[in-house]
Amino acid sequence: MFEALSYITLQHYWWIIVSLLGAILVLLMFVQGGQTLIYTLGKTDDERTILINLLGRKWEFTFTTLVTFGGAFFASFPLFYSTSFGGAYWVWMLILLAFILQAVSYEYRSKANNFLGKRIYETFLFLNGIIAPLLIGTAVATFFTGSKFSVNLLNITLLTGNKMPVISEWTGPAHGLEAALNLHNLMLGLTLVFLTRVLALLYFMNRLNHGEMMERVKKQLLVNSIPFVILFLTFTIWTLLSDGFAVNPKTGEVFMESYKYLHNLLQMPVVAILFVLGVALVLIGIIRPLTCFEKCSTKGIWGAGIGTILTVFALFLLAGFNHTAYYPSTYDLQSSLTIENSSSSYYTLTAMSYVSLLVPFVIAYIWIAWRAIDSKKIDMEELNSESHIY
Amino acid sequence: MENIDFSLVDWSRAQFALTAMYHWLFVPLTLGLSFIVAFMETLYVQSGNPEWKRITKFWMSLFGINFAIGVATGIILEFEFGTNWSNYSWFVGDIFGAPLAIEGIMAFFLESTFIAVMFFGWNKVSKKFHLLSTWLVAIGSNLSALWILVANGWMQYPSGMKFNPDTARNEMINFWEVLFSPIAINKFLHTISSGYVLASVFVLGISAWYLLKNREHQLAKKSILVASAFGLITTAFVVLTGDGSARNMAKYQPMKFAAMENLYVGQQNAPLVAIGILKEDGKEASHKKQDFRFEIEIPNMLSYMAFLDPNAYVPGIQDIVLGNPEHHIMSFQERSAKGKIAINSLADYKNARKAGNDSLSMVSLENFEANYAHFGYGYYSGRDMQELIPSVPTTFYSFRIMVGLGVHFGALFLVVLLLTLKNKIEKKRFILYTALWSIPLAYIASELGWVVAEVGRQPWVIQDILPTIAAVSQLKPSSVQITFWMFFIIFTGLLIAEIRIMTTRIKHGPDDNQESPITNH
Repeated sequence: MFEALSYITLQHYWWIIVSLLGAILVLLMFVQGGQTLIYTLGKTDDERTILINLLGRKWEFTFTTLVTFGGAFFASFPLFYSTSFGGAYWVWMLILLAFILQAVSYEYRSKANNFLGKRIYETFLFLNGIIAPLLIGTAVATFFTGSKFSVNLLNITLLTGNKMPVISEWTGPAHGLEAALNLHNLMLGLTLVFLTRVLALLYFMNRLNHGEMMERVKKQLLVNSIPFVILFLTFTIWTLLSDGFAVNPKTGEVFMESYKYLHNLLQMPVVAILFVLGVALVLIGIIRPLTCFEKCSTKGIWGAGIGTILTVFALFLLAGFNHTAYYPSTYDLQSSLTIENSSSSYYTLTAMSYVSLLVPFVIAYIWIAWRAIDSKKIDMEELNSESHIY
Repeated sequence: MENIDFSLVDWSRAQFALTAMYHWLFVPLTLGLSFIVAFMETLYVQSGNPEWKRITKFWMSLFGINFAIGVATGIILEFEFGTNWSNYSWFVGDIFGAPLAIEGIMAFFLESTFIAVMFFGWNKVSKKFHLLSTWLVAIGSNLSALWILVANGWMQYPSGMKFNPDTARNEMINFWEVLFSPIAINKFLHTISSGYVLASVFVLGISAWYLLKNREHQLAKKSILVASAFGLITTAFVVLTGDGSARNMAKYQPMKFAAMENLYVGQQNAPLVAIGILKEDGKEASHKKQDFRFEIEIPNMLSYMAFLDPNAYVPGIQDIVLGNPEHHIMSFQERSAKGKIAINSLADYKNARKAGNDSLSMVSLENFEANYAHFGYGYYSGRDMQELIPSVPTTFYSFRIMVGLGVHFGALFLVVLLLTLKNKIEKKRFILYTALWSIPLAYIASELGWVVAEVGRQPWVIQDILPTIAAVSQLKPSSVQITFWMFFIIFTGLLIAEIRIMTTRIKHGPDDNQESPITNH
């Protein structure tokens, strides 16, 4: 069936899949947000243990989604993998580092004789919670702001001279750290930090059975929502008013276009609707629990969660669709990556598309398994009846 | 070659090796223990005997401790293909990326979803659903091994692809050829079964410790029964697939094979050196040495092992370096010259296309295609060709220690199984100590297997086509050096934590209630 599709359609299909995975990843990073709130919400050891166990039963999904996002990006747009990961080296390395610390912390935190002590593992969780959304956010922001690199496929034939035979070269010594310090990028990074905290609070509202902590959750929701909304609006307006990296569909030439992302939004009404709907759902998801806590507190995560997926998905489409270079180079415009010039071959995209048919099946069994183990809200009693505790 | 920063290449290799070796400290136990606990839980569900449940939960808790750190080191490997081997990611990403993505979609989600049910579902789901979840974790983790080993097997023997000069990369033309490449399948089976052996030794050793301490008799004996039976069957499987590996290697990677056997001069009726001590580092020698301080040979065995024919000719390192027309082996010099033609023709082709010179581009393309099989050799010339010989002592000794230990494990499983069936195992303290001390040996054997496979194929990232020097990312060596030490410190710290937690857990035994961190009620 996928053989009937054209190359460009498959490339678009895979950009949609990668975007969707990215969007789901941002939602699942509520685990990271929650990790930064453990000490804010949990005043005693027991309270912190409850929170950590609430997050601990979900952390692997975030992790697995990140791994799958990386794998899918590699399989469908290998030139991005090659250019960005090898180029923005330090940013990706710090992100990875943060994830190593996370992976062991849940399992080791409460174990006897754990070498580093409970506090250190909790600190690891906090660090992961800040670093991951912050740096992933700044890295994704470069989809709109660009980075300094050049790509020359012919470099692979360099046998002499003083240049290594490397096709993607990052210019400048900071290897990605410069992107993390750019104010425009930082806006998205910080947006993500606060968004993940907001999502975590909504998740706690849904799953937690603890009166005192719930009061703190409610208070924190307001405290974190305000900076989130301000940062998000700043980034969005800044981006929509900026020059963007457009591609001439006939020649493949990349050029700067004023208000490119605003144009994209207006020229792709479906994306515009997704975006507006997403933002509205996130806002409703935040406001409702604040105004009608009794009835609405468990539902906020659904609105905000679905809203997050739609918004991030729309942002990815704005970056890659409608003749736009999704990974632009400000050093050499023509080195910019587009979904056409950076993708895998027709054959590979087709083969991978068949594999993508498994995704609904995967979502179905995740749903079944979650429902089976999330049947009860979590409190001390529930934890004490468990044989496996983080 | 003057354009190659060898310090960068070496640090990048070191970092990848570090990550891979640390990762492999945790993976084989996950692969094997997941099945062992699935067997145990099956016995519980079938018999209804609560002792089996207790046993299952105990081993499952050790599984969990080990699993977390395996996940942590695994993610680094995936991303290092991009961060440190950026050329590689483009040059073969069209083929290599697919198994990685499939691994994520097909295997990792299965694993991570049902692991949550496995740990948190005891009181929440039915017995059967829980058992199914445990089996799905085992299947998921082994499926993930399938895909990454398919990818690795493909690097050792690239197939199912064609180079596209317009995109300057290899592109997949046959997915099934990649998946079912003989090397990939054999590698998968050999690797997972070695993981089963390691996990069996692990369970056996810890159970032996309990018996030595006169504790947990029920748990220990039942566990020993499962582990020694599983270990014995899977050891047979390791031997079988290992034999297949050797034949594949002789056929597709003759240099690795010659290095592993310290065979400098090719010969018919080649003997196998079962035990030997090398006289000097082969690389320093002038490709002519084949000296041992000490050796025990099995006549004709090497020829037989490689080609199932005691009279077969096995090429030596010297034949592969200098060429051997009689046996149709091309020298490095010839291959390097052809490789350079391929590389330069690719440049000519692309430039001609840009200039719109169709005739030149056609000729260049023909030249390129005729010489592409030697592409990677083109990056080397003159004295640098030494780089094309892998370290002989490393592969030679690693292989022998691995095989020797494999034989030891097989014998151990057999003896323990017989003694357990006769109900005599508790009194055989020497055997129990041997089982306990075999745990570190299993890890050594497992790591050395990868040393043979990966050091033995140096300098190739993709056999004959892409060497490490042309695969690396353009970074400052100092940057890679910093991240190397960063990972080294973190991995080592976490390993210490893991071992301490694990040994404490074992000492506390299966009825450990200290796991509950709830302090006040």
